[in-house]
Amino acid sequence: MYFWAAIIFWILAWLVNIWISHQKESRLLSLFPPVLFGVSIIFIWESCVVTFNVSPVILPPPSAIYVKFMSSIPILWEDFVQTAIKGALSGYLIGCVAAFIVSLIADKFNFLERGLLPIGNFLAAMPIIGIAPILVMWYGYGWQSKAAVVAVMVFFPILVNTVQGLKMSDQIHRDLMQTYNASYLQTMMKLRLSTAMPFIFNGLKICTTLALIGAIVAEFFGSPIRGMGFRISTEAPRFALDMVWAEITVAAMAGSLFYGGVVLLEKWITFWHPSQRGKT
Amino acid sequence: MPVTPMNNRKLIWSEGKVVPVVSIILFIVIIWYGFSVVLNAPWEYDKAKRSSITLSKVELISNTWSQKRPKLPTPHQVTKEIWDTTVNKKVTSKRSLVYHGLITFYETIYGFVFGTCLGILLAIGIVYNRATAMSVMPWIITSQTIPILAIAPMIVVALGSAGFSGLMPIAIISMYLSFFPVVVGMVKGLKSPDQLEIDQMKTWSASKFQVLHKLRAPRSMPYFFTSLKLGMAASLVGAIVGELPSGGGGGLGFRMLSGSTFGNTLHIWSGLFSAAILAGTLIAIIGVIQKIVLKRMSLEM
Repeated sequence: MYFWAAIIFWILAWLVNIWISHQKESRLLSLFPPVLFGVSIIFIWESCVVTFNVSPVILPPPSAIYVKFMSSIPILWEDFVQTAIKGALSGYLIGCVAAFIVSLIADKFNFLERGLLPIGNFLAAMPIIGIAPILVMWYGYGWQSKAAVVAVMVFFPILVNTVQGLKMSDQIHRDLMQTYNASYLQTMMKLRLSTAMPFIFNGLKICTTLALIGAIVAEFFGSPIRGMGFRISTEAPRFALDMVWAEITVAAMAGSLFYGGVVLLEKWITFWHPSQRGKT
Repeated sequence: MPVTPMNNRKLIWSEGKVVPVVSIILFIVIIWYGFSVVLNAPWEYDKAKRSSITLSKVELISNTWSQKRPKLPTPHQVTKEIWDTTVNKKVTSKRSLVYHGLITFYETIYGFVFGTCLGILLAIGIVYNRATAMSVMPWIITSQTIPILAIAPMIVVALGSAGFSGLMPIAIISMYLSFFPVVVGMVKGLKSPDQLEIDQMKTWSASKFQVLHKLRAPRSMPYFFTSLKLGMAASLVGAIVGELPSGGGGGLGFRMLSGSTFGNTLHIWSGLFSAAILAGTLIAIIGVIQKIVLKRMSLEM
């Protein structure tokens, strides 16, 4: 019964989406399809769990997750602060600043750039997450080791993107700056950093997800008795999956907020770029 | 400009990549040796103090470079450990890195193949159906802002209790990570023919399938291979992290976790390096296929 209701809801939602997709494009209307799609997935999930009597050990229904979420907000908040703010965010900032400084140096010395870029490209594709156990061993179980893992993980993608971005300004523009007798700093600020910004933000966006992943996974290798990774790794073997899913909801929200924040920042800083213009 | 020996030598310094790369790697290795002295020294001092002998500088350094469980093993120790556990052990032995590497390799490949297929199907759906594009695309992006690796232990546990064990749960995690670069790359690639070419296909009254088969698919090949490389790297990360909670299953991630539990740093480092070698090899293989295919299609860039 529930099941068929969910299926019918899904089909209706899909029809609405098809109708919307044939309408003229507008900002408000384009919000509907993803929301409808998400809602229908949750409906189907709930109804499948109820109809087929899926054990909550395998997949708890969304309603149970919601109840658990609402009842354990203090714990979730504590975990969020430990993992997302202390671990991921501070590591992200450290890694970004370090990568930025190194890429400025690499940009200044051509020899260094030619050496660093291939190594950076190679390492950016490596499973860097593997250093988590090593860094946890060095820096202890606290948030510092998580920040270290995150800093190393975000370092190479940002380095590669920034170095590439700094090369994007045209020679003719640089020559123009020279005819203006612009100093190194002025050329950087007024020309080269601006043209590099879309690339830098590309790296920053990729790294938001990496940062959260790094912080959570590093907690699997040892952590104090709080943190999202700690909670997941202790609740999952006890089959308290509603708690795990509540934690995942937090992670999803934190990840989306983090990503969204960087996107907003990008819109604000690179408002002049073609990819940002035209969609106000 | 003619290349005489004189300015040939200059060329190495002003262009080319080999010299800078090698010198930076050398620099890293030297720093590494230095750090392993610094990090391992306290333990040596402690040991010397307890047996009340004073260490000379040379003894101290040579001792820190040959500890059994160093805080930071030296490159030659890691190399030796990798050599010992690949060549000198039977492949079927649980102590062999080849054994663990093969497990991780299979998980990675399964996840990669599933992820690529899923990614291509989704990309075709997105390119051909506006409703799909509008409703699914935002969720695909959201799905990647979720640190999905966090779910890894749960997927392993849940699928395990549902009767799936072994490779499958971990391959699913790899798939989840590797489909995203493929979707994004393929949507870009399939959309890369311009309107003029699509109109041309229409004047030949080509069917939708023919447009896909003869125009969009070949055009997307450069994007396809780039996404494959990214997908492969993501898939390997997924496999390694997926192994962490699976417990006892084996694989490079498991090896690193057990190394970390028992304080065996050499196991961690050798696992890490084998993972890097595995990733490098797999990506290089895709690179070779890419070169051959694009050359035959004369799409080389």
